[in-house]
Amino acid sequence: MNPLMIDIPPGGIAMPNLLSRYAECTIWLARYMERIENLARLIDVTETFVRARSTSTGWLSIVQINADDERFFERHAVASEENVVGFYVIDRENPNSIVSIAHAARENARSLRPLISTEMWMHLNMFTNAISALGPTDIRPSNLSALCARLKQDCQTHHGITEGTFYRDQAWLFYLIGRNLERADQITRLIDIKYHTLLPSVAGVGSEVDIGQWAAVLRSAAAYHAYRRTVPGDMTPAHVVGFLLKNDGFPRSLSTSLRQLHWAVGHLRTDYGLKNGYAAAERIEELRATLAEQTVEDIILRGLHEFLDWVQRELHLVQGEIARAFWPPAMPAAAAPPDPDPGLSQEQSQS
Amino acid sequence: MSDFGSDFGSDPGQHDAQQGPGLFVSYDTPDFYCELMNRRDAAPESLTLIRERLAHFGLTELRQRARVAEADLYNLGITFTVYTDRDAIDRILPVDLIPRVLTAAEWDHVERGVQQRVAAINHFLWDIYHERRILKDGIVPAGLVLGNSNYRPEMEGLDVPGGVYVHINGTDLVRDGAGNFLVLEDNARTPSGVSYVIENRHMMLRSMPDLAAGLDLMPVDEYGPRLRRALTETAPGGIRDAEVVLLSPGIYNSAYFEHVFLAREMGVPLVEGRDLMVENGRVFMRTVAGPRPVHSIYRRLNDDFLDPQVFNPDSMLGVPGLVDAYRRGNVTIANAIGTGVADDKAVYAYMPRIIRYYLGEEPILSNVETHICGEPEGLAYTLANLDRLVVKPVGESGGYGLIIGPHATQAELETFRASLLADPANYISQPVIDLSVCPTLCEAGVEARHVDLRPFAVTGESTWVLPGGLSRVALRKGSLVVNSSQGGGSKDTWVLAS
Repeated sequence: MNPLMIDIPPGGIAMPNLLSRYAECTIWLARYMERIENLARLIDVTETFVRARSTSTGWLSIVQINADDERFFERHAVASEENVVGFYVIDRENPNSIVSIAHAARENARSLRPLISTEMWMHLNMFTNAISALGPTDIRPSNLSALCARLKQDCQTHHGITEGTFYRDQAWLFYLIGRNLERADQITRLIDIKYHTLLPSVAGVGSEVDIGQWAAVLRSAAAYHAYRRTVPGDMTPAHVVGFLLKNDGFPRSLSTSLRQLHWAVGHLRTDYGLKNGYAAAERIEELRATLAEQTVEDIILRGLHEFLDWVQRELHLVQGEIARAFWPPAMPAAAAPPDPDPGLSQEQSQS
Repeated sequence: MSDFGSDFGSDPGQHDAQQGPGLFVSYDTPDFYCELMNRRDAAPESLTLIRERLAHFGLTELRQRARVAEADLYNLGITFTVYTDRDAIDRILPVDLIPRVLTAAEWDHVERGVQQRVAAINHFLWDIYHERRILKDGIVPAGLVLGNSNYRPEMEGLDVPGGVYVHINGTDLVRDGAGNFLVLEDNARTPSGVSYVIENRHMMLRSMPDLAAGLDLMPVDEYGPRLRRALTETAPGGIRDAEVVLLSPGIYNSAYFEHVFLAREMGVPLVEGRDLMVENGRVFMRTVAGPRPVHSIYRRLNDDFLDPQVFNPDSMLGVPGLVDAYRRGNVTIANAIGTGVADDKAVYAYMPRIIRYYLGEEPILSNVETHICGEPEGLAYTLANLDRLVVKPVGESGGYGLIIGPHATQAELETFRASLLADPANYISQPVIDLSVCPTLCEAGVEARHVDLRPFAVTGESTWVLPGGLSRVALRKGSLVVNSSQGGGSKDTWVLAS
């Protein structure tokens, strides 16, 4: 089960001195770039729903699945398109906006400049500069879809440059850990947006409109064709959710992300002797087992939203275990107060 | 870049026999020594070739290339960063595409002069932190050294490996109206700017391949490996495979790009204070596999910030216990602590005597003619010529209370005369220098702008000088100020190997 494209040389490469801070920044760089891409996907699919007038909660659903209600309504009276898109794309005061995440990605990349390739830095530099320059015109309804496409493409360019130029050592494994942690988290949010969309009109489940929306969810995850090719028969909500959660071949599914996450943590131990990752590995194993031993029908029956919520919390704890293992708080002798949850120093209010 | 020659038409000069017009059509510098156009002697052949090639560039073409080069630097992040309350603003150091060229003979002179100066500075630092012979012999006034704010008692009696205090030195040079190289200032603490030397060269070879084609330029790419070797050579005794790190104040420092650049060129980790810790007098860095020993630290942090236990207690940038580890001989710090006393303006005035004292040689590079007002003849000369001199206070308050005689009013001169007489030892005086110029692309065309030169010397078991150095150019017409914060730019410095 060695996923393609993420191999490292047999036995690893002797490079004993990856600074803890570099490891931390690498994880966050990967997470933030993945997060920008997924936020663009989320905005894109919501725009599709709203345009089709097939949602009663409309733009509010993005706010809800990101648990940003409080912050949003401090600043805006209504969840109009202009307000929500502005809030998530160009609002510098919102730490969960694309411009803020890009800024955070840039700061981490700046710290990592000694480690990352010149090509990686150059692209990140241009990308984040372009995002900082975004203004109200760029997020007008007529430009929104093109903007989302461009953001996605730039994030994918980042992935491609990284895949093609980032040196394969411990830092690469930390990069994969960050990317897959975020990807796993984000797929649960993408599914959840549909849950929110449906909530006020349960009667609509399974209707034509409903199926159209699930197709849109698949498309926003770049999963539509893969789904059509591999899942025969009528499109049902259960099949779509099952595909996004449990399909081992789809690169953005929860099961694939968790498998790759586990692989990367495992290789820190086997290739570099970094045994401290065991607690994180165990937690990921439990998460994978819980996902594997339930059918998607079971999950829906027991409560899809509750399950997704639980996965998000578990992923949060995995990040915490990794932090404790690889960038523990300063030595007891140092004056700094103990940090109860060091892994979350950069985490944004997203839970 | 000679392999590009055939692709770009190796010599634009061949296309047109007529020389002189084009880029330099209205260029005229009768009053100054021009590095390219008016050397007041027969220019070597290779220089003539560069001049001819340049003359055939159109202004539009040069501007176009300059625009592309600038965008390149910005996108590559070859920038210094200015942080405001909410934003990080990256600025590039403007680079002029017309190189500053030094001949092999000129470079030989500068190189030997810099090596001599570095040797003298290292002798001086060892002496003042040990026997203080030079003070006892009355060559340098003791008060100037021991009362200097950059004097560090923590260094007394400490034997640094190889006797090297200044591993990295930057010597600021100017050329006078006759083309003589003069030392304006020594930078023996944490001199910066070397990354621009190397990046400027890369950029020039990308932007002006047809200008450089076939020329025998001395390379600048060796700096990183040389620096790492020097830091390894001066690691604490008995250490094999010394772990070298570069200690940076972090991403918010304006010179962070240079720190990154040097760490990469050396192939060593770039660490911040929080990445290091001291246990039982030994220095470690925090890695994902736990603490790992560190032996040699190239620090880009001032003395005051290095160790909150010894210096500024509020510093969050330093490493508690670092000085203790240093004093125990377990780690090398480059440059050593307390080198600031050697590059002080007051000590500068004595540098020719310091060279003679320790090395028994005449200085190869002269100081700018300097009168020490603490000495009777110097004071008398200064008082008699106040309206023609630059008079600078020495010691810690460098930069303040300076007077430029030719620019001062009679009243200002009289007021200044009083302060000078009240405390003569606090002042030195120098003539106003007609800095040399270089043709530079400006808004109105190619015009003469003043330049200086900062060669970088790396010292381990021996001293190596990076060929060329940073040529800073004052982009404002007539300005003598080359600092990047005040409208300064830079030029690639080409040293012709033959």
